Amino acid sequence: MIDFEIPDFIKNQQQLIKMVAEQAMRPFSRQLDEHEHERPQAFVNMTWPFTQQMMQRSLKPLMHNGNGNGHAPKKERTGPDYSALALIFMIEQLSWGDAGQYLCLPHPMLGGAAVQSAGTPEQQVRFLKRFTEGTPKWGAMAITEADAGSDNSSMRTTAVLDPDTHEWILNGEKIFITSGKLALEESDGICVVWATVDPKAGRAGIKSFVVEGHTPGVSIAKQEHKLGIRASDTVALHFDNVRVPYENLLGSAEVAQKKSSKGFQGAMKTFDSSRPAVAASAMGIARAALEFVIARLKEEGIEVDYTKPKHQLTAVERDIMEMEARYKAGWLLTLRATAQMAHGESNRLEASMCKYRAGEAVTWITQKAVELLGPLGYSRELLAEKWMRDAKINDIYEGTKQINQLIVARSILGYSRRELK
Amino acid sequence: MLDFRLDEEQQMLVDAISRFAKERVRKVYRDAEEDGAIPAEVVQSGWEMGMLPTAIPEAYGGFGEYSAVTGVLAAEEFAWGDLAVSLQIMLPNLVAIPLMLAGTDAQKEAYLPGFCDERPPRMTAALTEPVVQFDPYKLGTTAVADSDNYILNGTKTYVPLAGDADLILVYANEAGQTQGFLVPAGIDGLTIAAQDKLMGVRALPTYTVKLENIHVPAENKLGGVEGCNFQLILNHSRVALGAAAVGVARAGYEYAREYAKQRVQFGEPIAHRQSIAFMLADMATDVDSARLLVWEAAWLLDKGKDATREITVMKQYVDQLVVNVADRAVQALGGYGYIREYPVELWLRNARGFATFDGLAIV
Repeated sequence: MIDFEIPDFIKNQQQLIKMVAEQAMRPFSRQLDEHEHERPQAFVNMTWPFTQQMMQRSLKPLMHNGNGNGHAPKKERTGPDYSALALIFMIEQLSWGDAGQYLCLPHPMLGGAAVQSAGTPEQQVRFLKRFTEGTPKWGAMAITEADAGSDNSSMRTTAVLDPDTHEWILNGEKIFITSGKLALEESDGICVVWATVDPKAGRAGIKSFVVEGHTPGVSIAKQEHKLGIRASDTVALHFDNVRVPYENLLGSAEVAQKKSSKGFQGAMKTFDSSRPAVAASAMGIARAALEFVIARLKEEGIEVDYTKPKHQLTAVERDIMEMEARYKAGWLLTLRATAQMAHGESNRLEASMCKYRAGEAVTWITQKAVELLGPLGYSRELLAEKWMRDAKINDIYEGTKQINQLIVARSILGYSRRELK
Repeated sequence: MLDFRLDEEQQMLVDAISRFAKERVRKVYRDAEEDGAIPAEVVQSGWEMGMLPTAIPEAYGGFGEYSAVTGVLAAEEFAWGDLAVSLQIMLPNLVAIPLMLAGTDAQKEAYLPGFCDERPPRMTAALTEPVVQFDPYKLGTTAVADSDNYILNGTKTYVPLAGDADLILVYANEAGQTQGFLVPAGIDGLTIAAQDKLMGVRALPTYTVKLENIHVPAENKLGGVEGCNFQLILNHSRVALGAAAVGVARAGYEYAREYAKQRVQFGEPIAHRQSIAFMLADMATDVDSARLLVWEAAWLLDKGKDATREITVMKQYVDQLVVNVADRAVQALGGYGYIREYPVELWLRNARGFATFDGLAIV
């Protein structure tokens, strides 16, 4: 039944996260933007306890009787899965605080999403339990390579099985890894690395492997300097004969088969939940910019009158209304893709739709915000110009706008990759 | 809990209207547009789907299941079939819904049972005025109290089927407030000045109506002495038009999509090209986003919340979006898009009307 009601527990959660954003993120936004590669300590310290609680709750069904043997009890799905919804709202509110810092959340993040969607229950417990205890840890995911961006099936990083030790040996270089240094060098986190076990097999050869923090042979090849989200740790990782146990290959034995493309499908499945997450982050930035512009214009005595006919609106009023509309469109598309997840429905089309439309919207909304604020908007005294730079990443990562349009187009036309290139 | 799925009853309703739109409306809409009239039996069949009687309270002979959300679901499906036909099928709403929202008990008793009959009462409403800077909150038509009467003066346009109506709900400016007045046809001073010549929706005849010193009894004022909350009526109207716009946009998008899959140039369907495929992806996303904004607005109305801001933002977004989608539908068909044998040019003409169509539909 069509319903736009947000559950009360999420409303309460949002108030709490808003407090985190106001106290531990916003005051450090400018400092962290101007001093790239500094870590958001206040934010990390404040959020780590939340992550631990959240991960305890999420792993609990897999660790019944507290023995942690990872045999999931058979459970029937009863009612919607609220955790996906809670996560999307959390991401929106944290990104409202600061999108760069949000990406430094001590949390399994994309690596966790991959483990949860492709890993066996045993693997989920083994790799994610660390996020319920001890010092802060990070999760990361390494897919992109210099010559394999949107075309990630042409990746060259290899995984070769050593028959003597029954270990996988990883070699290659991955780029644009969010929190890669935090996960592998600065904590005992995890990084899900995608590599091919058979370069001639194409997609079927691609599998995912969990590399744990401080594993020998992993090095940071480069720390990127970016347009925005500068608080976020973005690195290139070099893998030089990195040995990981056989059981670090995500998924069942079937995935390990050379001819199975289940591994690659697993990567694509991760996108069904990560794309709405990116869209939510985009909409958090959009809301920050929109609220700021409206409040600031109000101080100047400019308030939008929603009862005026269109031809009597000023250019500024029209802009604000369009910003609101595009924000609302992006956010509702995001909520739809999320609600589908919560109800256990397939959302591949809708996930790509919301991701590309939200990225497009936030890019436009934040650029408009800088414009409407005039000389102050362009100034580094305010955060508007930073939000505009931060926003642009949402048009790019987790699949560029264009690759997501391509996915939408193929889906609505019923076309294969061959029919619509 | 957030949910974007129709429930079983809503799905049945949408399926039924969808069938009606495909099997009945789409068979006649093009001739109707050229002839300037919709076959009476199609309008009657649409009426018999019982949307309005379902919504009217049980005390007045209906089923008491009013919901703006259900209303917008129906409006989108009808309008997907054809905008003019949908506006005519929903025409009785223009009087019935304001009566439900704002009527006095006496007014409801007098009029609402009539909307549960086998044939709808012949009623229409007059809001729009023939000016460039039309503002529904600052009407040029005036209503002045004079002992037991109101005296109405002004000119209205876009009044659907005014020529056949027994009663017109006329909106007028009473001391700066927009109020509604139930004006019987044939009253002294009311003249049907001319049939309007519009760019689109030509299957639905609309008229310009002149009101010269019309004396309406005070009890004919919508909502009695208190009057009506016009903003609420306008909001209900705008979600209906928003939903109709989604229907028109979806019609254009779907037609363009199927055309692009069949039209072969350079040895393969043009939909194999990104320039066409991406345009269609954008159109699909536009339609879905517009629908979500309309649903949210309708849901807010059902919750009894003041949704003026959300509805204004939604309406302006959707008004432009439907034009953009319809325009790309014409573009996707190339030269054929410009030819009246194909429907997309009609949808472009109809789409542009939404920025003007205040008060032409209501749920």
